[in-house]
Amino acid sequence: MAEFQARVLFEGAAEGPVLWLDEPLSFWGGFDPATGIIIDNNHPQNGLCLKGKVLVLPATRGSGGTPGGVSEAIRLGTGPKAIIMATGDANVMIGAAVAKKLYGRICPVLELSGDAFASLQHAERVSITPAGQVTA
Amino acid sequence: MNGNLTLSEDCTAMLSGEQGPALQFAMQLVERAAKVMGATELVPVTFAHIDACFYAGRAHVDFARFMLEAGAKFKLPAWTNNGLVSLADENIRDPKTEMARGAKELMQLYAELGCRTVWTCAPYQLPGGPGFGDHIVVGESNAVSFYNAAVGARTNKYGDYLDVACGLTGYAPLSGLHTDAGRRAQMLFDTSAIPGSLKQQDIYFHLLGTVMGQHAGKQIPAIDALGPDLGEDALKAVSAAAAAAGGVEHWHGIGRTPEAPDRETAFAGQEPAKTFTVTLDTLSAARRSLTSASDGPVEMVALGTPHFSFTEFAGLVPMLAGRKVHRGTKLYISTSRHVRDLAARNGWIDALETAGATIIVDTCTYFSPAVRGCKGRVMTNAAKWAWYAPGQLGVEVCFGSLQECAETAVKGDVWRDKNLWRELD
Repeated sequence: MAEFQARVLFEGAAEGPVLWLDEPLSFWGGFDPATGIIIDNNHPQNGLCLKGKVLVLPATRGSGGTPGGVSEAIRLGTGPKAIIMATGDANVMIGAAVAKKLYGRICPVLELSGDAFASLQHAERVSITPAGQVTA
Repeated sequence: MNGNLTLSEDCTAMLSGEQGPALQFAMQLVERAAKVMGATELVPVTFAHIDACFYAGRAHVDFARFMLEAGAKFKLPAWTNNGLVSLADENIRDPKTEMARGAKELMQLYAELGCRTVWTCAPYQLPGGPGFGDHIVVGESNAVSFYNAAVGARTNKYGDYLDVACGLTGYAPLSGLHTDAGRRAQMLFDTSAIPGSLKQQDIYFHLLGTVMGQHAGKQIPAIDALGPDLGEDALKAVSAAAAAAGGVEHWHGIGRTPEAPDRETAFAGQEPAKTFTVTLDTLSAARRSLTSASDGPVEMVALGTPHFSFTEFAGLVPMLAGRKVHRGTKLYISTSRHVRDLAARNGWIDALETAGATIIVDTCTYFSPAVRGCKGRVMTNAAKWAWYAPGQLGVEVCFGSLQECAETAVKGDVWRDKNLWRELD
């Protein structure tokens, strides 16, 4: 068991299986909120489903549509349980904040870098506290 | 990145809920964004170009309705970007799909929130917008690029919901392109190897913008030589192509754009971190990346990405005078109501519609229903359209000059001006 302190972009508790992405993902265009599935033909994890996972990804791609993609997924219940990024994106945080306000659902968003981030690739499950403690 | 954020009394009052629940939530979003971005203070803004009016799921509608019911109202000028649908489309009177219904409802909500409903991705074509040094809030990527570079106003690229929050509160995080240090040129694009004759062509600016987008990375680029008389359409082309190809949010045209009267000023007295030499080969490669189709019959010609300007209409009308669009080809021109109305006063809309063109307002050609049904080859004069369309629509694209697009629309087959491309072949 390893424990890391992440930077909290949107606070909340979550626990679940890790879905590791090798490359950045676009939440608007690269992901289908209706199903929770990655639909970017060029993405290494194309076809995988984010629903119920702790999504671990290097960064997002594109920007303006990100908040909508994130909040729509949370609305539909197809979104991840939490999002951990190596490079934080305010847009993901905004999507999570709006979804909490509108739907009362919480998807924590964290930023974690370096070796701590890299080690999550091999973690099966991860749990997160509102203070940003990540246990893998 | 964890410096404390100082808030003015005004902002603290909004955050406390004193000014109502809408402003409280909006200020919470702005505050959170400031912390993520590492800003230690907020800057007052005087103009917003709202992107959240573009339908991207039910959550967009829920957010707008929530804010409206909580008492939100824009007090500063908040102009709308394109909608997903055209409110002028007769099919939208009775929308048939959830998406169309939602898109229409969303646009109506932003009207009720107090936006100026210009419905354009090229708000800079309309009078009364921001000026040099103004701090503004913009989300549409080509407009971010244009306002920063060509106008010298200051904006970061704001995602949906945050654009609304900043526009309602009148504040944005003071970081990135709002700061002096964040705006200076870092990388030089040397175009001295490009023949002057090519630099007179409309295609040059789309290709140049594409090259800039592909090679600037995260650095703010400066182009060494744009003529001082270079028109707005060329600046629009560079801004849009660079934003599409590489997410460029600010750039400088030495000798032309307001923060770059000369190289020294553009680079704030420092040497460029990197210089990229633009050659005919790099422009050719950019051209190839914008064209996925071979020549042949054309199902559609799409003009106006970003929205067609008054001067572009002026250029197109004589090209189609007395001629007709081929019966097997559709010619779509997307523009704003403002520009369409100006063009109409000159008889240009009648002339183009008589020739067989369809003028689309409020939205983009790659979102209109007619365009979505297109399966064949499309020609466009816009690098931005060529960049996005294959992914959005699954069509094959040919990029060409305005003249080539006009000739192609009439002939129904890709027409190439051999002289135009001679140097790039």
